Amino acid sequence: MHAEQEKIISDSWMFPTTYNQLVSILVSGVMIETRNLTKKFNGLTAVDHVSFNVKKGEIFGLLGPNGAGKTTTIRMLATLTRPTEGTATIGGYDIVKDDNEVRKLIGLVSEKIIMYDRLTAKENLWFFGRLYDVPKEVLNERIDELLRLVQLSNWKNSQVGTFSSGMRQRMNVIRALLNMPEMLLLDEPTLGLDPQSSVEVREFVKKINRENKTTIILTTHMMVEADMLCDRIGIIDHGKIIALDTSANLKKLVSGANTTVLELEIANLTTNMVSLIQSLKCVNSVSQDNSTHIKVHANGDESFDTIIDSVRAEKGKINSVKNLDPTLEDVFLYITGHEVRDKADRKIPVRRHKHSMPRSRVR
Amino acid sequence: MGIKSLVSHSLMIAWKDLMELFRNRMMLLMLVLMPLLMMTMAGFMFPSNTSTSHVSVALVNQDEGYANYPSASATLIAALETMNSSTDMMTTTSASSLDEVRSMIQAGEVEGGIIIASNFTLSLVTGKQGAITIVTDQTNPQMSMLLQIALKEVLEQMGTWLAQQNVQGLNPAVNSNNSLAIVKPYIVQTEGAVLGDFSYFDFIAPGLMAMTVMMSVMTGLPAAISHEREVGTLDGMMVAPINRLSVILGKTLAQTARGMLQGTLILVLAVFLFGVTIRGNILLIFALLLLGVFSFVGLGVVITSFAKDQETAMMVMMALMFPMMLLSGVFFPIQQMPWYMQSISKALPLTYATTALRKVMVLGANVSMITTELAVLIGFGVVMTTIAVPVFKRAMTR
Ligand SMILES: Nc1ncnc2c1ncn2[C@@H]1O[C@H](COP(=O)(O)OP(=O)(O)OP(=O)(O)O)[C@@H](O)[C@H]1O
Ligand SMILES: [Mg+2]
Repeated sequence: MHAEQEKIISDSWMFPTTYNQLVSILVSGVMIETRNLTKKFNGLTAVDHVSFNVKKGEIFGLLGPNGAGKTTTIRMLATLTRPTEGTATIGGYDIVKDDNEVRKLIGLVSEKIIMYDRLTAKENLWFFGRLYDVPKEVLNERIDELLRLVQLSNWKNSQVGTFSSGMRQRMNVIRALLNMPEMLLLDEPTLGLDPQSSVEVREFVKKINRENKTTIILTTHMMVEADMLCDRIGIIDHGKIIALDTSANLKKLVSGANTTVLELEIANLTTNMVSLIQSLKCVNSVSQDNSTHIKVHANGDESFDTIIDSVRAEKGKINSVKNLDPTLEDVFLYITGHEVRDKADRKIPVRRHKHSMPRSRVR
Repeated sequence: MGIKSLVSHSLMIAWKDLMELFRNRMMLLMLVLMPLLMMTMAGFMFPSNTSTSHVSVALVNQDEGYANYPSASATLIAALETMNSSTDMMTTTSASSLDEVRSMIQAGEVEGGIIIASNFTLSLVTGKQGAITIVTDQTNPQMSMLLQIALKEVLEQMGTWLAQQNVQGLNPAVNSNNSLAIVKPYIVQTEGAVLGDFSYFDFIAPGLMAMTVMMSVMTGLPAAISHEREVGTLDGMMVAPINRLSVILGKTLAQTARGMLQGTLILVLAVFLFGVTIRGNILLIFALLLLGVFSFVGLGVVITSFAKDQETAMMVMMALMFPMMLLSGVFFPIQQMPWYMQSISKALPLTYATTALRKVMVLGANVSMITTELAVLIGFGVVMTTIAVPVFKRAMTR
């Protein structure tokens, strides 16, 4: 499956090689351009020759498992870490040479919450706003407006240390908007939030993008999030971008490759049955969701029949069969050959950051 | 990026740091408690003559007397007791021999011993010097000094006493006050360069002030920056289009304010609680403290740049702080140290700040008398800052 697939993928993120492509990008406007962006930490390559463009007004997603290099990429773009190799420009400014110009254009929502616990919501926003030289009257109004947008007006004079994670994260997001940036860098903006708050934050991000024409680059390890928010998605694994396209096109990769995703509910499901399905030639992978549900990825025209037949042969009682549309999860699985969650689970015991996390945040 | 925004950003950062500090009750408490503790502990840790009492001493009287002469040892012991009754300095236990005293000291029963030789009366009567041995605990050098001082006083007292009795015996009209004047027509007193009482507090107050202010910057700066780096809030400042210098400048300002506050607290405590008199110009004192801060900032910034996390920063700090505390003449005069220690101490900026501050506070010196110290402090500050700025800029974008 690999040779053909790599070609499709590489075409989609190749640099403009022809004059026409170049013109089209100039007309549409490129906000971010990275070329072979690389970061090494004492021998470990966290980001490995990453090249992509983000158009003006676009929401671009970097999707990848823990330790893929998302945060490192964002930090390089935010001028907080210097790349070991390669270059990137934001709004035409080089992230190393013109770092201060880049800083004027961007707002950063970091993985860690950038708020001082002992200052009130207003004091925090005032402090950061003044660092951007926002005039005092304008800043006062802007703070009120931003707090209203995230429904924190009533908490204006409360210390951020007393806030819930959801409230802190909302503060973290509006902090990045104080200078009305042209470009917003969001590193896992819904990390640690409950589904309700996650939806709110996502809606908010969409709103900023729609109303202010803000270009957004966001990282996430959640497929749903990337799917919902992003115009284009770069899938990053082991520091490399392994696929880059719109969500729809990425899914077509899977269906185009004649892949079937089936969800079966079998009343008398046994482990024996699962391993039997697994051993079928057409089946790529089987994952068991609970005692009766399994999800099967299979290849080829006959795969549907073959699977049903083998279950019947084992006297399995099929309650329901769903032929699923491929999700980004399936895309990830298809491209990398391993599941996102698998990898995340395996990685959890390893401390990825040397320093301890001061605020514990639920993943 | 002009000077104006550099200043305004620095002030903003200083404001933020101070707000955080003042909202932190625990920190505030420590801020007030530290100088108080330091002052009290340092003051009582090093005993002056008056502050010691009830030192247990073993007394061995081997004096065999001489013919019908009154026993000199009895007079000595009486003098000792007279002094003791007014000062409560010692509690005496009798013992029989040097060996017994030694074992008593080893067992911790007594802290020292006084042995009156068997020919004590004989020697005095025949015009020789009477021998008294002081047995001391070598692990406690302070005690040996104390016993010597006490004994000297007692012996002097005893001599005066004997002579007084002799004079009174010669002429009954002379009362005790007159006899004292006849026997001891002059009194020797030690006088300092300035008038007034001089206690250990006068000695340590300037040193403690210099140390507190300078250390608060040297340790506070790396601690504050590495803390923010770990929590992640430093990124919030670094991602803003501000001069990187305003981060150190702002933080230094906040730490200086904190240090000066503590320094002032020490000064107030010293004056009102410990009776220290300030003879120099108050403004000059504060100016000196600020200069001390300036000379130390660079060092703090260099440590900040090299220490990646808070723990490392604290370790480096500790390693630097202790020798500096001990070698800069804050607690002991550097003149007491061996020459090689003195030369190390001469390389430490804190030494100069302490000396200058002491000269101003205790001796009432003015600027012209502390030019050497000023030159060294300014020089050290300029050199360290010149090194620190580029190092910091490099370290902030690794
Ligand atoms: N300061 C650092 N020093 C050394 N190694 C680092 C540092 N920062 C990141 N790494 C390493 O670089 C790799 C990528 O880390 P990064 O934080 O970019 O991953 P991520 O995609 O953001 O992961 P997550 O989803 O967990 O946030 C990891 O293996 C990590 O251990
Ligand atoms: Mg990350």
